[in-house]
Amino acid sequence: MTQGILLSSNVTESFMIKGVFKYTVFGQEVWITTTHVCILIVMLVLMVFALCVNRALKHASEVPTGLQNVAELVVEKLDGMVKSSMGKHAKVFGNYIGTIFIFILLSNISGILGLRPPTADYGVTLPLGILTFTLIHVTQFKNNSPKQIWNDMCSPLPPWLPIWLPINVISEIAVPISLSLRLFANVLSGTIMMALVYGLLRWFAVIWPAALHVYFDLFSGAIQTYVFCMLTMTYISNAYGDES
Amino acid sequence: MSDLGLIRACSAIGAGLAVIAGIGPGVGQGIAAGHGAAAVGRNPGAKGDIMTTMLLGQAVAETTGLYGLLVALLLLFVHPLDV
Repeated sequence: MTQGILLSSNVTESFMIKGVFKYTVFGQEVWITTTHVCILIVMLVLMVFALCVNRALKHASEVPTGLQNVAELVVEKLDGMVKSSMGKHAKVFGNYIGTIFIFILLSNISGILGLRPPTADYGVTLPLGILTFTLIHVTQFKNNSPKQIWNDMCSPLPPWLPIWLPINVISEIAVPISLSLRLFANVLSGTIMMALVYGLLRWFAVIWPAALHVYFDLFSGAIQTYVFCMLTMTYISNAYGDES
Repeated sequence: MSDLGLIRACSAIGAGLAVIAGIGPGVGQGIAAGHGAAAVGRNPGAKGDIMTTMLLGQAVAETTGLYGLLVALLLLFVHPLDV
């Protein structure tokens, strides 16, 4: 593939996405890639966790112990986070935000478990950004009259002088792009750094790369998850408009 | 020099220049961290809230530096400018 630029070619091989299986549909060739496999593994882990919690909750007790304790802790923290950020609209969006929080967190952390993180593929983060964009605008159109929306879009100038309209439209489009690119680039750069360490220091990189994994995978992954969910919640609660 | 060689060489130079965008978040996040540390010094009880707010702000400010990294990675591995 690329020649001459790199110190050792097996470094690029290790962080690129590889196709696992190819099939043709309607004359187009479609690949099943590393990302598909890793997303399936993440999903299986989450589903097994959910089934175990379901079984544990059948014998639920007033004072929780064991798996029930863990599940109640997770739900309590997520509900608290959504409520502190969205106030009275928390009931509508609590489940969705909790789901994407757990999914993105487990995807980012899966680097330390040996997978190539699914969020290091733009095809995973862009749909998440587009989902946020859809939620923001459906909320905006459901809760504001078209006149109010027009006034907001022509914002600093009065509504009969729509010079500012294209700039506000561009800043609306920039929201899903920047959300998705932030998550993607952070996780991808962590993946590349770890591939460089393991690829260039092959037999020398034993045990101490765990410290780098703690920074790039655990810390950075958790922060990016929190930022993604906080920004989603902030934009959605702003889309509700000024109600009194 | 062949056309492809010239394009690859200039892509490499462009990739190096693109990562200069990393200066911005470095300076900005350092200043934010300084203000955060001063705030904790003034009010040690609010340390948790201050740290959360600071990390949130820094992760958002990081974005533009990452755009530069993205351009560099595109130029090096995707070769969008080949003939």
